[in-house]
Amino acid sequence: MDVWHVTWFSLATAAGATAVALPIGVPLAWLLARARFTGRSLVETIVSLPLVMPPVATGLILLMLFGRRGPLGRALSWVGIDVVFTWKAVVIAMAVMGLPLLVRTARGGFEQVDRRLEQVAATLGAGPARVFLTISLPLAWPTVVAGAVLAFARALGEFGATIMIAGSIPGVTRTLAVAIYSYAETGQDRAAVALLAISTGLAFAALWGANRLAGGSRA
Amino acid sequence: MVLAFQLTQGEFTLDIDERIEAKVTAIFGPSGSGKTTILDAIAGLRVPSRGTIAIGDRLLFDSSASRNLPPQHRRIGYVPQDVGLFPHMNVRRNLLYGRHPGSSPPLDRVVRMLEIEGLVDRRVPQLSGGERQRVALARALMCGPAVLLLDEPLAAVDLPLRRRILPYLQRVRDEMALPIVYVSHDRDEVRMLADHVLLLDRGRVRQSGSPAAVLP
Repeated sequence: MDVWHVTWFSLATAAGATAVALPIGVPLAWLLARARFTGRSLVETIVSLPLVMPPVATGLILLMLFGRRGPLGRALSWVGIDVVFTWKAVVIAMAVMGLPLLVRTARGGFEQVDRRLEQVAATLGAGPARVFLTISLPLAWPTVVAGAVLAFARALGEFGATIMIAGSIPGVTRTLAVAIYSYAETGQDRAAVALLAISTGLAFAALWGANRLAGGSRA
Repeated sequence: MVLAFQLTQGEFTLDIDERIEAKVTAIFGPSGSGKTTILDAIAGLRVPSRGTIAIGDRLLFDSSASRNLPPQHRRIGYVPQDVGLFPHMNVRRNLLYGRHPGSSPPLDRVVRMLEIEGLVDRRVPQLSGGERQRVALARALMCGPAVLLLDEPLAAVDLPLRRRILPYLQRVRDEMALPIVYVSHDRDEVRMLADHVLLLDRGRVRQSGSPAAVLP
């Protein structure tokens, strides 16, 4: 039974997806919280789309983008990188599905930072990047971490987008959620229940941790 | 200092046209008259719709030349009403945040002048109201500013504390060679600190002159 391999693979890819989402999601959350620019509502809507769209539809969009004939897939294959049906596809699917949770949570944290502190930092000679790194980010940090934990938890539970772009190849792209479905479908109930217990425990721990962090930032 | 600009915010319009030579200028007026808006415009935190802002020979804002220096390049020491100390840094890191090699005064000189030697390793939440005011003032001085902007620095403290902090402001005025723009709605404070007063009401300067002439 490859329960432990599946668990380990899921944890590693979910961590990778969170690492991919953070450098994109955190500055985006700050921009949405602070900057006024044309197309802001459009960006906001696009970022949140994976939350409300059927995950398989998001997966199909990713497949069209990263497939051999897709614009990104073709560009990547020129430099020798294949994405679809590899662990990289799993990471991309997880990152896209986790990004909205990270952005929405972190944005709330940035909005709570006293704007006057950022303005005072600017008058003391700090440019926008320094204000972000030394004032906004440290003060919003607990909420940003809570958002990252939520994105990680969402990535761990990802199914629809993953199966579209990465499939269910044992030992290569099979994640916890996909494995539960495969085991249940083929009558391997003990393995399915074991994975169910593991994924419930991980989701519980992640949500509990995120709530504690977000609660701490409000205290 | 040239403050000749118009700034509109919703229904409110601030319209000012003043050339000030004084060392300490007090902006005096009721709440909502636009006092803080003037400081924000000098600091570059709000952008006038048109006009000119200059300190000495440095042009900070000029709508006709499309010049609008960002706040980080204006060399402004700004102490907002709520002092705005960074709560996640200790006092020393607050003081050094805006230090500018070449133009900043030595840290120990500023720390001595405001008598905050014993506070530099404290965390901000551990400071009393009066200590916060002095640390914020020191931090503003540490960036080597071309002008010091103080937004009702004594409004949030009670009378005994006010009496204790006022001498520090007078010391800054007397020891540092830099212009100060000081917002207040306390006549006594203005008389003790300022040598020029702008009497502001509903976004317009109603009177401009010495404290004795404007606030008899």
